[in-house]
Amino acid sequence: MSAPQVDRLQFRDPVRARALLDRLRALTADRVDRPVTLMHVCGTHEQAIARFGLRSVLPPGLDLVMGPGCPVCVTSAAEIDAAVDLTRRGVRVATYGDMIRVPGTTLSLADAQAEGGRVELVYGVDQAVELARAEPETPLVFFATGFETTAVTTAAALLAGPPDNFFVYSAHKYVPPAMEVVAAMPDTRVEGFLAAGHAATITGFDLFEPMARAWGKPIVIMGFEPLDILAALVRAVELVISGTPTVENLFPRCVTGPGNGRALGALWQVFELTRGHWRGIADLDAADLDLRPEFARWDARVRFDLPRQLGDGDDTAACPVCPPQQRCGDILVGNARPDDCPLFGRACTPDSPVGASMVSSEGMCRIWFQYGGRPELGP
Amino acid sequence: MSDDRIKMAHGAGGSLMRDLIGDVFVRGGGDDPDVVGPEAMEDGGAVRVGDRWLVTTADAHVVAPAFFPGGDIGRLAVCGTVNDLAMMGATAPLGLTITVVVEEGYGRDDLRRIQASIDAACAEAGTRVLAGDTKVMGKGEVDGVVLSSAGFGFADRLVRDRGMRAGDRVIITGSIGDHGLAVMSARHDLGLGDQLQSDVAPLNTLVARLMEAVGDDLVGLKDATRGGVSAVLHELADKNGAGVVLDDVALPISDAARAAGELLGVDPLVVANEGKAVVIVRPGAVEAALAALRADPLGRDAAAIGEVIADHAGRVIVDTGFGRRLLAEPRGEPLPRIC
Repeated sequence: MSAPQVDRLQFRDPVRARALLDRLRALTADRVDRPVTLMHVCGTHEQAIARFGLRSVLPPGLDLVMGPGCPVCVTSAAEIDAAVDLTRRGVRVATYGDMIRVPGTTLSLADAQAEGGRVELVYGVDQAVELARAEPETPLVFFATGFETTAVTTAAALLAGPPDNFFVYSAHKYVPPAMEVVAAMPDTRVEGFLAAGHAATITGFDLFEPMARAWGKPIVIMGFEPLDILAALVRAVELVISGTPTVENLFPRCVTGPGNGRALGALWQVFELTRGHWRGIADLDAADLDLRPEFARWDARVRFDLPRQLGDGDDTAACPVCPPQQRCGDILVGNARPDDCPLFGRACTPDSPVGASMVSSEGMCRIWFQYGGRPELGP
Repeated sequence: MSDDRIKMAHGAGGSLMRDLIGDVFVRGGGDDPDVVGPEAMEDGGAVRVGDRWLVTTADAHVVAPAFFPGGDIGRLAVCGTVNDLAMMGATAPLGLTITVVVEEGYGRDDLRRIQASIDAACAEAGTRVLAGDTKVMGKGEVDGVVLSSAGFGFADRLVRDRGMRAGDRVIITGSIGDHGLAVMSARHDLGLGDQLQSDVAPLNTLVARLMEAVGDDLVGLKDATRGGVSAVLHELADKNGAGVVLDDVALPISDAARAAGELLGVDPLVVANEGKAVVIVRPGAVEAALAALRADPLGRDAAAIGEVIADHAGRVIVDTGFGRRLLAEPRGEPLPRIC
């Protein structure tokens, strides 16, 4: 409407976008039969790609897939069950909006709320702390989901000394090990990765160097505006085609090599890595963020005796809420697209989601259902 | 089993609410050419009286907080009712009724403020409250204060939902998303100060100007309340078996609304407006409609934002300038994302 057009033009300039798209098309022209496959690992990236309609214009020689980049989607059903159970024990449970409708084994937190349980929707951990302060007699558990970006905020709240009736039920996850799992899959088609610019703002990009070398695949740090995305795609395709497995930072206005030292300090002061279950994928080593023992007084796992439950390796088939034909696991690791799943848009919709990926605004299925973005939308 | 219980999402103006209304409240009807009943799912109902239509509407108002930047629940009740009448073509509301349900312990001063807002909004809209009712409920039985209102007025020509066809243009009477994002920002204390104000306003005068300027070329008119512009366009697309393409760059969205939407992870197109209408006109009437709207302070930022197409029936497509995508149809309450 007014002044900010200037800002938007910098990163949202359709003319520059077309030039980058032309370059992508030229680079991938002889790969139409066997598209260059790139994986991003971030729901916010998929959101941005879909929101700007980029999927409707990507060239056929490029296959851009989303990996395990939705923290809500990979939160284990057992942890949701435990949160539902807490509401039945008279505990207030505060969590992010995305989390409320994700089905556990039988119920979601929204169902628990309809049953009379006290479920609070918050936009950040600070709000949960305030809710706890306002009612000091009632225990409040913050069901903390999200990747390292979000975990830093949880860490900061704990370091600030929350009240005694505030507890954290950590379902926070750490992305790099999940990328490793995808890279190590023997049948993976993924030739290069696009790392999430906001997560890398915290972690820096130095930590990706050994991964790129070990996997022999380039990793490009990607921002979230349309031109950020297209420029990163062009660079990643160039690196794949030239066989250069290096790390390149295409989001330098936010991301540095070492990352945000203060945020990382808080993160590792409060959290430690542990083996955890990623819904639809597997149990992963050193991929969940647990509170360190020094923070046990605020740890809901300790206070309410909620042991960490692991699946048996890949549990998609064993998962009681997943019908056998459902392809959440394949979708979460980028081996299938949402419309490859027979339930997508039929039995599984945002109104009655079968898999978590259809619930969260970060979920691939939800984003595809919501935005389409398929070529048939073209003029 | 849990599906039989009503959830908050059923009241959010999206497809879940429409399903609930169709399932429980609206059964049959629609046979009498002199009556527009609830089965038409329009902004109000109407009966033919002589050569005119008597239009009526009913509305309940539950907003937290009851006092928000740019308005309060009293102003909301009057404007919501006046606007529903105006959207049917009844731009000179004859009168309103207002019922106030108050929680035990509620402040008398707050009630006085609400009543003062009701009076002021009635004066703005050129109408009056003709009757009312007051009920007090026990502590905890109702959240603060709830208002329920009704209104009636005559329309010489009824504006219906079903006249839209391919080639028609979509106009919005002003900036998008201000009310919903102002309330959400206040509720979640985003600290945006007074940058984001509700747009709550009576639109009857604006609509009267528009109707005078474009006559029968006005083929669709809906205030974009719960569910926002998206819900309205999806409803129109669905009812008319047509598609809509929106031009993203043309959407009038204020910087403050854009910022709040990005912070909350909520698209301004799916949140409520209380002083904006979506207008569908025949292609030849776009300039006349825009000129009429822009001549009124409430239509100053009116913009042509899209076009009706024959393909993609029931869908709304956004042309972003980069590519195309579907516009989300709001289903339940918009939930904030986490990262």
